[in-house]
Amino acid sequence: MSSPDTSARTSAAPEPPPTPRPATVTSAGRPTDEQLLGARLVPLRRPGRWAAALALLVLFAMLVHTVLTNSRFQWGTVGDYFLNGSILQGLALTLWLTAAVMATGYLLGIGVAVMRLSRNPVLTSLSFGFVWLVRSVPILVQLLFWYELASLYPQLSFGIPFGPEFATVRTAHLFSGVLAAYVGLSLDVAAFSSEIVRGGILSVDPGQAEAAQALGLGRARILRRIVLPQAMPAVVPASGNLLIGMLKATSIVSVIAVQDLLYSAQLIYNQNFLIVPLLLVTTLWYIILTTVLSIGQFYVERHFARGRRRTADRGFWQLFRGNVPLLGRGDGKFAGLS
Amino acid sequence: MSAADAALVRIRGLRKSFGAQPVLDGVDLDVRRGEVAVLLGPSGAGKSTLLRSVNHLERPDAGFVEVGGEIIGYRHQGGRLHELGHRAITRQRARVGMVFQQFNLFPHLTVVENIIEAPVAVHRVPRKRATAGALGLLERVGLGGRGSDYPRQLSGGQQQRVAIARALAMEPELLLFDEPTSALDPELVGEVLAVMKDLADTGMTMIVVTHEIGFAREVADTVVFLDGGRIIETGPPAEVLDRPRHERSRAFLAAVL
Repeated sequence: MSSPDTSARTSAAPEPPPTPRPATVTSAGRPTDEQLLGARLVPLRRPGRWAAALALLVLFAMLVHTVLTNSRFQWGTVGDYFLNGSILQGLALTLWLTAAVMATGYLLGIGVAVMRLSRNPVLTSLSFGFVWLVRSVPILVQLLFWYELASLYPQLSFGIPFGPEFATVRTAHLFSGVLAAYVGLSLDVAAFSSEIVRGGILSVDPGQAEAAQALGLGRARILRRIVLPQAMPAVVPASGNLLIGMLKATSIVSVIAVQDLLYSAQLIYNQNFLIVPLLLVTTLWYIILTTVLSIGQFYVERHFARGRRRTADRGFWQLFRGNVPLLGRGDGKFAGLS
Repeated sequence: MSAADAALVRIRGLRKSFGAQPVLDGVDLDVRRGEVAVLLGPSGAGKSTLLRSVNHLERPDAGFVEVGGEIIGYRHQGGRLHELGHRAITRQRARVGMVFQQFNLFPHLTVVENIIEAPVAVHRVPRKRATAGALGLLERVGLGGRGSDYPRQLSGGQQQRVAIARALAMEPELLLFDEPTSALDPELVGEVLAVMKDLADTGMTMIVVTHEIGFAREVADTVVFLDGGRIIETGPPAEVLDRPRHERSRAFLAAVL
């Protein structure tokens, strides 16, 4: 306020007593309701948030830049080997081994969980002991044990316990690397999945099983139709973890010379020494598979959440955009399933 | 013994304790076909345990329950009662419907799926016919058109009426109600009681644990007053509710009314 005529006036004469201003301007004391209703809402500014976002974006851009421009990554070679025949064969083995191990492991795991929850003390202890043992032994050691089974038990026989034997096989012929991997990993999944399933079953209100009993439903039907479906919302996220973990853990079978995705890449780079590009090939494949599985998990979770919400289903892209504000309008809160 | 012969439910010498705590202390009770028996009493009196013993959700320590001449949960042979296998108990339970305080509808199934689950699985009713029956039952409990909703989309009173329809779908000889209105908002109690009264009028045999004295007065044929695991008093509502003879029933009624 330094316009010349105001300063002249203050210096010239004492200020006349302030004339009563109209109601709209008395807001220095107290705004009228109309003023409050007409006022624009200004959210709290958060400069720190902007600065942090900017810094992280710059760091991210630097990372992308160096990965793309550093010639030692040899992206051209990555492209050459991405669809290489033996890489694809390794990929196929990784995929079916994971699928077989997860299917077998979960079937066993549900059985182990049900045993653990039964009232039979022998079954409960057996189940507990199995989970305890398998979880205690590192998976690498387990695989080596199954691979070396022939040195412990040269022959396996089928017959009456402590009695006559009907059929006998040489263990060395039976346990190839792939079978050892299948058995070892399946038992591992069985132990871990049984705990996941048990937690899920315990999360279901006991009144549900009771109501089903009162209706005259059989025990197997109650488990399959009433309890397990309601356990699924608790089971699926942890199982997604286990599945993706197992997808990558199958790479451990390279130690018993099973030609999975990683071992195929190793065989190639042992000959041509293009270590980094071939590791990048496997990494990209694992990223692709994990992405596909994560999207699949979303749909499985949505399926088993039916009846839990009052609102309509939200699609994958809506949720994705909700969780990545940069790509769409972020609605501020972390978008979940419910 | 003509009265006892006509009894659909015969309970004799029923005892049950949880740990050292006796919950049922020698209960004898008859419920005739078509009769509505209301169990009253303070909490911890053993009402729910008695009700749950009728379809073997509780296993008695002594005594027996007979429904339609068949001992529930046991087989009498050679002077002993042998507990039945799951399959046989399951078959017995299919004849006795039960409605729970917390409704216990299956939240992952729609209303119709809730109702047809047991008839399809247990009685092998074809799905189509079971669905038609379910829609008819929904009309009967005043919920026509809500068949494809999930339970969480319904109010408490509506859920309880679905639970009643679910129990009826098995065409039971006997319906057990375990405090069916205790989990409901007060304004929703009436719609459930109305459905139960309709059922009673059609001649359904019912054993009802409730705190709704008004319902007991209006619908019950017999009021059974329990305390400390024993039947203290039993008789028509006009007698037990209006002229209670026993000290403890008088105290309870004075507190409730």
